[in-house]
Amino acid sequence: MSLQVVTANRLEDGLVVFLTSDGGWSENINDARIAEDKEAANALLAEASAPELDIVIVGPYLIDVEQQGTDLVPTKYREVLRTKGPSVREDLGYQAV
Amino acid sequence: MYRYDDFDRQLVLERTEQFREQVKRRLAGDITEEQFRPLRLMNGVYLQLHAYMLRVAVPYGTLRADQLRQLGMIARVYDKGYGHFTTRQNIQYNWPKLDEIPDALLDLAKVEMHAIQTSGNCIRNTTTDQYAGAAADEIEDPRPYCELIRQWSTFHPEFTYLPRKFKIAVTGSPNDRAAVKVHDIGLRMHQNEAGETGFEVLVGGGLGRTPFVGKTIRDFIGKNDLFSYLEAILRVYNRFGRRDNKYKARIKILVHEEGIDKIRELVEEEWSQIKDGSLRVDDAEIAHYIEQFAPPAFEALSDDDADFERHKAENRRFANWVRSNVIEHKQPGYAIANVSLKPIGGIPGDATDTQMELVADLSEKYSFGDVRVTHEQNLVLPHVKKADLFAVWSELDKADLGTANLGYVTDIISCPGLDYCALATARSIPLSQRISERFGDLDRQHDIGELKIKISGCINACGHHHVGHIGILGLDKRGKEFYQITLGGDASQDASIGKIAGAGFSEAEVVDAIESLVTKYIDIRDGGERFIDTYRRVGMDPFKEVLYGDR
Repeated sequence: MSLQVVTANRLEDGLVVFLTSDGGWSENINDARIAEDKEAANALLAEASAPELDIVIVGPYLIDVEQQGTDLVPTKYREVLRTKGPSVREDLGYQAV
Repeated sequence: MYRYDDFDRQLVLERTEQFREQVKRRLAGDITEEQFRPLRLMNGVYLQLHAYMLRVAVPYGTLRADQLRQLGMIARVYDKGYGHFTTRQNIQYNWPKLDEIPDALLDLAKVEMHAIQTSGNCIRNTTTDQYAGAAADEIEDPRPYCELIRQWSTFHPEFTYLPRKFKIAVTGSPNDRAAVKVHDIGLRMHQNEAGETGFEVLVGGGLGRTPFVGKTIRDFIGKNDLFSYLEAILRVYNRFGRRDNKYKARIKILVHEEGIDKIRELVEEEWSQIKDGSLRVDDAEIAHYIEQFAPPAFEALSDDDADFERHKAENRRFANWVRSNVIEHKQPGYAIANVSLKPIGGIPGDATDTQMELVADLSEKYSFGDVRVTHEQNLVLPHVKKADLFAVWSELDKADLGTANLGYVTDIISCPGLDYCALATARSIPLSQRISERFGDLDRQHDIGELKIKISGCINACGHHHVGHIGILGLDKRGKEFYQITLGGDASQDASIGKIAGAGFSEAEVVDAIESLVTKYIDIRDGGERFIDTYRRVGMDPFKEVLYGDR
């Protein structure tokens, strides 16, 4: 099984975030807590779906990622775009920072 | 132009305050996302890939200068300095923060704007001909009827929870620039044998995953009876439309499954019950709305302007812009000026805050403060004196708004696609940019002539690919973007749904594939034929051959 992390959009501003090891949410995918097997992935998603997080994030789900050097990179292009921003506006989104 | 009355103003302000409370309760955890989602959608707020998206209504595509200026301000204050004009004649902002959206809506309300009817399963914002009230070929300005439809449909208690969304488009001209045949209801103004003006009513058109050209349910409905007749159609749809399956819930599926004759029978039966009721609009009331859209104070001018002709002769770039972007006006001495939002290699439909403000200023100075949004994602200054066209173009050109490509191969409709949209399966904007660059040379565009390329980034077809002369649909094939080409679509009065040419192309191959189609057309066209005319004459095979050869 591919490595997985949990992503969502932050309630307040809609920005893309990832579940971190301390149970918080980061804008940087490299801070994400990684699930290495199905059991860990299910536990990660269950944690992210806790009712009390409904006022922090919207729509948590698991994505497949690969370790590339020091970076975590999603395997699907859609998710790559979410970690960066629009490919047609490189001045916007996380890629701009 | 139509101005809100006190009732409209109160309605919009109350809705804005309601939404402010709903956002507050959501952020405080008093309501869940599941409860909040339908509420935010009713106020045009979507959650997209990177952020929230706010869709603002531009009813029937008509804007005043102060409204467009405010849209620019909102782009700067609440977004990242730009907005995106859509195929629904609306504008979308891509980066608003949820807790700031109520303030943005309040700023919109100050100029009589809102996000009502831009989402949800209601009757959506009515669209029409962008040249309404200006076109030389129109029978009557369709906007008084659009405004009456707006008033009838806004918060209509019976039609707030339809089986699915419902879109109405109106044309007042026999040359359909509003794609009325691919809407849930299309209204085409015409005159009956008695010389009365009324509408042909089409139902069941639409794009999306199951495209259809609308079918005529009634050849002629008089103006007074239009609204009760629309109500009858909506009642039949609301009752019989399929709620069991989201993908079969549009009226087009009902019309397709039951047949137009059966639907007509049901509608006529319903209509007979209500036609003499409160929805019958009398001549005096219609006249009142026609008055609201009375033509501006045109000057009596000669249709020939010596300075205009001189500028054309002296400045080739201006002459080229006039050739493609300036359309005949019904008033002598005036013209319709199209402002292209498709600079070569640019993002179709995007405009910056300062570009919006510039067009607002120009409309105030040269076009009676009137601006239009087109479903092909451009803007229009509808009433410009021919004598002022050079000044208008010079200002537009300095702001990268003077591209001379209306209706050409680089005037591409493109949805936001996977760069922004949560539903998309592939990107559409980068492809439109590469096609635009490939065909950017103006002489080549002149040679190719009218060619409508429309690109959607998923099967929902927001980019109208089904009705592109060349349509492109972006899909996901095992994690890679690939693109399916359709040929022979048409959104005009001769509407047709394009046919799939064959297997899809990779991102790397697709621009070459488009070019090979264009080259083939140039090889085999007869004199005066547009791409679509040639396609209709020769059919799919010659084009298929250049795409696939022996494959």
